Amino acid sequence: MYQYDAIDQRLIDERVAQFRDQTHRFLTGAITPEQFLPLRLQNGLYIQRLAPMLRIAIPYGTLSSRQLRKLAEISRLFDKGYGHFTTRQNMQLNWPQLEDVPDILAELASVEMHAIQTSGNCIRNTTADQFAGVAADELEDPRPWCEIIRQWSTFHPEFAFLPRKFKIAVCAARVDRAATSVHDIGVELVRNTAGELAFRILVGGGLGRTPQIGAEICSDLPPRHLLTYLEAILRVYNQHGRRDNKFKARIKILVKAMGVDDFRSAVEAEWADIKDSASTLTDAEIERMKAFFAPPPYASLDDAAAESALERTAQSQPRFARWLKHNVAAHKQPGYAIVTLSLKNTGHAPGDATAEQMEVAADLADRYGFGEIRTSHYQNLILPDIPKQDLYAVWQALEANGLATPNVGSLNDIICCPGGDYCSLANAKSIPVAEAIQRRFDNLDYLHDLGPIELNISGCMNACGHHHVGHIGILGVDKKGQEFYQFTLGGSQAMDASLGTILGPAIAQEDVPDVVEKLLDVYLEQRQDEETFLATFRRIGLEPFKERVYA
Amino acid sequence: MPDISPAEIIRDGQRVPNRHILLGERDAVDIEIPDGPLIVPLALWQARQAELRGRADLGVWLDSDQPPAAIAADLEAFTVIAINFPVFTDGRGFSYARALRKRHHYKGELRAIGPFIRDQLFYMHRCGFNAYALATDDLDSALQSLEVFSDAYQASYDRAEPLFRRRG
Repeated sequence: MYQYDAIDQRLIDERVAQFRDQTHRFLTGAITPEQFLPLRLQNGLYIQRLAPMLRIAIPYGTLSSRQLRKLAEISRLFDKGYGHFTTRQNMQLNWPQLEDVPDILAELASVEMHAIQTSGNCIRNTTADQFAGVAADELEDPRPWCEIIRQWSTFHPEFAFLPRKFKIAVCAARVDRAATSVHDIGVELVRNTAGELAFRILVGGGLGRTPQIGAEICSDLPPRHLLTYLEAILRVYNQHGRRDNKFKARIKILVKAMGVDDFRSAVEAEWADIKDSASTLTDAEIERMKAFFAPPPYASLDDAAAESALERTAQSQPRFARWLKHNVAAHKQPGYAIVTLSLKNTGHAPGDATAEQMEVAADLADRYGFGEIRTSHYQNLILPDIPKQDLYAVWQALEANGLATPNVGSLNDIICCPGGDYCSLANAKSIPVAEAIQRRFDNLDYLHDLGPIELNISGCMNACGHHHVGHIGILGVDKKGQEFYQFTLGGSQAMDASLGTILGPAIAQEDVPDVVEKLLDVYLEQRQDEETFLATFRRIGLEPFKERVYA
Repeated sequence: MPDISPAEIIRDGQRVPNRHILLGERDAVDIEIPDGPLIVPLALWQARQAELRGRADLGVWLDSDQPPAAIAADLEAFTVIAINFPVFTDGRGFSYARALRKRHHYKGELRAIGPFIRDQLFYMHRCGFNAYALATDDLDSALQSLEVFSDAYQASYDRAEPLFRRRG
């Protein structure tokens, strides 16, 4: 993974000093709360319903074991001993003290981490495929490009006061695990007709109150032009994005208002100014970045032998067999596997991990892998390099620590925002709703028979729980002071991205599990062969579901 | 409306007396134009260019919805161009400064006006500003904000090469 040099380290140390001074000036009244607001947001600090919330950046979801241990330590020292992993691959602390935040940032800086630009109207943490570098289906590792974008966007002097927040995601695989089409900019690594690597650039995707799938504005960008092209997009947005209404300020609204073709022309006009300037990437820089993400020293392992040994163990160990089937994914290196640690244990908020669980994950990464851990936008942790021969031992350790629930990719692998229990923006709670669903559908045979279903819950239309792109989406709404839930069906964040269709009037909290059950009943009755929930929905449409729920 | 004609400003990293009177009424064109160093709103410049052209030490100020293309052909008429930040979170001025310097090759004083804060000075400087009319008297503290970072990743007005071309 990327290693800071002396300059990177000095810059984040200077950032800590800057924020320490800003916090001091705020606490002594030298700056107003309004002036402090964007300064603290650009260091990840929100003032929430119950306490401040600190969002720590995990660039493109890659962590070293040392960094994860530091997160565990910080959560113990400055919080209540757990952290919340978010849909943008970051980690949030729910109970830090404002006065402690400069010290927390200093602790983070000691392990090459920070909370820079994790909030505010600026370029946020660049996200990526959680299986980057190890996925069997990728063109190449997208993370060198993510790090190039991270450095370019960090403290970008021109784009720190944008009309609204700005999110970039990068993917390089056949399956888009980074949800690039619902980001302000989606960067997709492709092979062009000449067989060379190039970027396909999508602009104006997003969720929130005006969900939108991104539009392609460039199909074949030579890699060396990545930064100047991104800069041109941001420059158009910074000058022309709406600033009069925060609900119309995202780039998706500008792209829609201008039309994709005019927007593209405006970008190209700006780009003409800077294309081939000194900001054009050099081969040396691209190679330097790629070297940081070179494959680790894999052992040469007998894949077939490991597979048959696993099969034998699985036959006598049904729980292990389930986990193997659902929580383990194919690795590009023979003899290795990718293990997902489910943070969707019923009774715990989706995405939450205790300090002990973080340490278990860090220890396993050191003992069996190469000391690396990933976070996913599905709010789980990943051990990317586990030899198949060690899977049973890893499973036992995970099982003993509540990290082996075999529900990855199932209905119960719910994406869920913190909701009304924590967030001051929320209209409704989301965690108890997720829990009620997980409790209702706790039969693993039933869950696994359902196949892959993505159920996403947001506590308000800001859509942090990505409800629009859930196969089943649930949105908390406020109806005269009461919490209701509106369902959408048929969303998808995969390559065939689509936005869900509203099922009908919102329903009461206690009825949510019943409604989910009715939706699943319709699916099970109507599905053909191995059809997934999404495929069945796309074939039969909304009506059969609607009729059943509102009968 | 900026009411910013402070006694002192920061220019080129130093506290200096402010010579200019800034006419803050953005759309006022039928006014008596005072003598001496002036910074006039864009509308006044556009309406009474013939009168104003040739004055020594003339400046113009742009509001955040007035892109610098409007004065691109007139740059030699001004010794100062000021860009207003009507609220400090309106970041258009950063792009305007960059455009004036890099696209239009403006070399004179580029001054930030309005209720912006000292914590923005480092970024402003990197975009091409070299003068700041701050709404505070504590300019000595504000000067520290110009040096809060010792380096930067991106190319910018003050450094043509991005960090990746300079790393050892």
